[in-house]
Amino acid sequence: MDKSKTKYLKLSGLEPLVVTPESNFINVGERANVAGSRMFLRLIKEGKYEEALDIARHQVEGGAQIIDINMDDGLIDGKVAMVKFLNLVMAEPDIARVPIMIDSSKWEIIEAGLQVVQGKCVVNSISLKEGKDQFVHQAKLIKRYGAAVVVMAFDEVGQADNYDRRLEIAKRSYDILVNEVNFPPEDIIFDLNVFPVATGMDEHKQNAVDFIEATKWVKENLPYCSVSGGVSNVSFSFRGNNPVREAMHSVFLYHAIQAGMNMGIVNPTMLEVYDDIPKDLLDRVEDVILNRRDDATERLLDFAQSVVGKAKERKVDLSWREEPVQNRITRALVKGIDQYIVEDVEEARKNVQKPIEVIEGHLMTGMNVVGDLFGSGKMFLPQVVKSARVMKKAVAYLLPYIEEEKLLNPQEGDSQGAGKILLATVKGDVHDIGKNIVSVVLACNNYDIVDLGVMVPPEKILEAAKKENVDIIGLSGLITPSLDEMVFLAKEMERQNFNVPLLIGGATTSKAHTAVKIDPQYKNAVVHVNDASRAVTVVGDLLQNETADGYKRSIKQDYGIFREKFKNRAQHKEYKSLEAARANKFKIDWETSQISKPNKFGVQVIDDLDLGKLVPYIDWSPFFRSWELHGKFPDILNDKVVGEQANELYADAQRMLKEVLEKKLLKAKAVFGIFKANTINDDDIEIDSEGKKYVFRTLRQQLKKREGVPDFALSDFIAPKESNIQDYMGCFCVSTGFGTAELAAEYEKNHDDYSAILIKALADRLAEAFAEYLHREVRTSHWGYAANERLSNEDLIKEAYKGIRPAPGYPACPDHLEKLTIWEVLGVKEKIGVVLTESLAMWPAASVSGYYFANPEARYFGLGKIKEDQVKDFANRKDIEMEKAAKWLAPNIVDD
Amino acid sequence: MKDILEILQERILVLDGAMGTMLQRYGFTEDDFRGERFKDWPQPLQGNNDLLSLTQPEAIATVHAKYLEAGADIIETNTFSATTIAMADYKMEELVYELNFESAKIAKRVADEYTAKNPNKPRFVVGSIGPTNKTASMSPDVNDPGYRAISFDELRIAYRQQVEALLDGGVDLLLVETIFDTLNAKAALFAIEEVKEERNIEVPIMVSGTITDASGRTLSGQNAEAFLISISHIPILSVGFNCALGASQLLPHLEVLSSRTDFAISAHPNAGLPNAFGEYDETPEQMALQIKEYLEKGLVNIVGGCCGTTPEHIKAMVELVKDYKPRKSVITA
Repeated sequence: MDKSKTKYLKLSGLEPLVVTPESNFINVGERANVAGSRMFLRLIKEGKYEEALDIARHQVEGGAQIIDINMDDGLIDGKVAMVKFLNLVMAEPDIARVPIMIDSSKWEIIEAGLQVVQGKCVVNSISLKEGKDQFVHQAKLIKRYGAAVVVMAFDEVGQADNYDRRLEIAKRSYDILVNEVNFPPEDIIFDLNVFPVATGMDEHKQNAVDFIEATKWVKENLPYCSVSGGVSNVSFSFRGNNPVREAMHSVFLYHAIQAGMNMGIVNPTMLEVYDDIPKDLLDRVEDVILNRRDDATERLLDFAQSVVGKAKERKVDLSWREEPVQNRITRALVKGIDQYIVEDVEEARKNVQKPIEVIEGHLMTGMNVVGDLFGSGKMFLPQVVKSARVMKKAVAYLLPYIEEEKLLNPQEGDSQGAGKILLATVKGDVHDIGKNIVSVVLACNNYDIVDLGVMVPPEKILEAAKKENVDIIGLSGLITPSLDEMVFLAKEMERQNFNVPLLIGGATTSKAHTAVKIDPQYKNAVVHVNDASRAVTVVGDLLQNETADGYKRSIKQDYGIFREKFKNRAQHKEYKSLEAARANKFKIDWETSQISKPNKFGVQVIDDLDLGKLVPYIDWSPFFRSWELHGKFPDILNDKVVGEQANELYADAQRMLKEVLEKKLLKAKAVFGIFKANTINDDDIEIDSEGKKYVFRTLRQQLKKREGVPDFALSDFIAPKESNIQDYMGCFCVSTGFGTAELAAEYEKNHDDYSAILIKALADRLAEAFAEYLHREVRTSHWGYAANERLSNEDLIKEAYKGIRPAPGYPACPDHLEKLTIWEVLGVKEKIGVVLTESLAMWPAASVSGYYFANPEARYFGLGKIKEDQVKDFANRKDIEMEKAAKWLAPNIVDD
Repeated sequence: MKDILEILQERILVLDGAMGTMLQRYGFTEDDFRGERFKDWPQPLQGNNDLLSLTQPEAIATVHAKYLEAGADIIETNTFSATTIAMADYKMEELVYELNFESAKIAKRVADEYTAKNPNKPRFVVGSIGPTNKTASMSPDVNDPGYRAISFDELRIAYRQQVEALLDGGVDLLLVETIFDTLNAKAALFAIEEVKEERNIEVPIMVSGTITDASGRTLSGQNAEAFLISISHIPILSVGFNCALGASQLLPHLEVLSSRTDFAISAHPNAGLPNAFGEYDETPEQMALQIKEYLEKGLVNIVGGCCGTTPEHIKAMVELVKDYKPRKSVITA
């Protein structure tokens, strides 16, 4: 077979490494080597493999394209250590992505290593030292294991230490491998022995020159092979003088690479940039390396005295700034560094004909890398959002130039993005963190985003979709009434003959609801997408001509089948009548039950709470979840996979939180009250606020359960009127959302979506913390039934306290309508300014409202599905139309 | 009979479809699986499809015949799990040689009948070598990532037994398939090379990996190109992907292979992605439509089906490939 066009050294870890003539020098990381690193040796000896792995990880992060692993030490069992370490490396995708170099002078260690690595590795090394037979035997096995090989310039006579010997051994080894073993020549890497110079001995003067020239000969005469070497050897005689050593390494490499050396073991921190070496030092070092004058060594030694200890402090490694502009832009995008982006983009702009080319070329190249890393799980959401920030900054800088270009060349068509996507949070809903993340991530992938914001009425969505000629409509919603909005929109899209796909996302949405309720309304594609990372793939599948039709068909079909099965399944569950459920209510023995009289009745307002008081009450886990980093706080900070990202995000959040506290950027307001209360007519709670009566309607579980398990309603936790026992309940609304929208808008104006999302997520956490804080205040002081409670924040999160604070719209009381009653009782709107939308979402979004129940037996439960008899009963009790009741309770009504 | 290498130059070959899907239709009971011979076997045997080569050989032969009737050029032996490692579940390690040998015999007999009927369309038997149920480069224990349930040598020895028996039974080719851990495949390839060297024979080898997730990686984490590089050290006939994904999801990964190797390219995807209930429901027409894309892009030399495919699917492919030329870059020396 003719593979000549691809006769390159190809290696693999989890990812490929193809070494072409155009490739840059391949850097082999050398720290995971017991012979070369005392720290690594100590860790292996002490069995601290986790820390040893960190060394390998650092190497890969530091840019090593191959990692060399060596366990040759008299005091450790090299074979056991090699296998154990490699097995652990294989479980770390961020290390295992690069190929492994199995480094040992013992064949049994090499073979043990080859047996545990799935990728194509490099064996380091074999040679003719023990004769041809052994050389051939090992080479054959290496080939069968599927590895490349480093061949040392060593034979039965000894190590090659001059030009001729290097040639002789290299040629003989090559011929045996290629002609007798049939070893692929591109899989041969020669180590031509780097020896020290400037040792003071005359026979060492030619060492570097011989290496460089032998390299040249090998590359010219032994086709397809590579040349490698351990670079630090060359400066051995200048140990302790790093500035000189660094310069020597750079000079040596500079010339060896020109001669054809294409890989090597180099410590990147021991490398000076060739062009940065001071002229006087450079001259003297080149004299030594290239053996240009007899007194070269003396001159360098003299000079060396003057540069001792001048080693510069490298706080931040800025060597990447030396790279070509594309690399710099890519790196800035991947790392989310916006410090230099304007200057780099400007440089790129000068090199292209039209400014748009910088976006389509440089920036998209970088964003594609970001997309690939994100797609393969090597970047996480917060990083991607930071990348977007850099991207936006770059684009903002270019826009005036692009506009100018358009004026000059108006005939040129506007550049085409990958597609246009409309996103909106539906009418009545105010939550947009998830939607904004999806928006940013899609924008990163070159999609044009038309973001209509929150509380967008359906007619506006459809009008914008037509006007902007979008390719996809994406709807988001967090509260249950939004589900109906989405169904309505799907119906409208069908009626108005839309044909673009409809995406559904948001906390309250589900594949089940999408398949059962939305999909049948619209004959074109409807897809439920609940995380940002999947959004990219789905949108890609929907818009790529090749995949779109098949994908849409398969989704339709999938949802159709899902729907059928879902309906069949739903019918298996059995429900009891409301009457039967009421007969089986949760019974508290009111005669003995502890009922505490509140210390203070009536409505109270907190106008401007010190936000600092809320900090200890913050539950961080959901904060990380909103960024798709899953895990429990604080363990998540040490998580193997997302820990680093979690730390970074947490640090950013802390920074912002500090600013919010110091500058009082958000305002915490609350209104709450505790009232006399008694249950009436089974499921209703009547309260008395200064003589005025209000009624809260509760809902009762109807799912058939096993004998002895009661059917709960919240009203069960309040003493019934007929018991003649006075009971109490409370309700509340807190908000930390005032100021959020303005701050977010300010960030967005500065192209900083990351901070815009961050402030919203933070405000949400503060609102939850406020609810927790206020509940504690109520328990211990205003109501005072738990005056002696001492609970840690952790206990609070675990809800280890007595009494509950269920919120309308959540599992125990999914009916949002009762919020209207709370607003009326407390005067929420008038007192603190939190308002309800037509879907009864709270605005500002970072608000929490709910009830207080104090009975020690009160507990959280999920209502589950209810039957039509209860809907009818509820409508009667509330004196509303059956239709209205059914609409609000829809997500909880059993499908018949 | 024409050499398979020659035929590959001329046209696109079609591999058969799923054996398991077809056997399910028989609704074999525990007793059927046992037959007379294993009626007192201490382990439950239902689900051991490879065993049916011994206890229900006619059913196996019939399925082969159905695929050949549909027009398949290559049929796979019923030996996906016939290694000591995978058979340990049934305590049938001792039967591995016989399972492979007999399965190869059955397939070869039926294939020969069809070749005899139409010598212009020779039929080939490929020995199916599955991944086993253990992974050599991943730990089954999340708390002990360094642990391995199986070693390279254990795999190599088990694969050797299977390969020897398949060759003794008369297979024309070998197929190392459904590779979820490349190290397992490397052990299989190592074993095959050993047998080839000892017997001084050449046998064409097909290698087929499995991309298990949408990000385009094998279970052991390699992307398509890294996988290709890891198995390219052996002179193989073809490389490709099967199982896990449907035809359209496989496309981008086949493109990667096609652009980076001179080996022939094979693809035998599932009949779509399993639906929410684990069933495959892509019709022959739907699947053919997607396969058509491979053909139009000139990506493949061998196509076939994996889970959920039937003789109808294969027939649709046979009809389809007639009108297309095979992928070009296969160049014989």
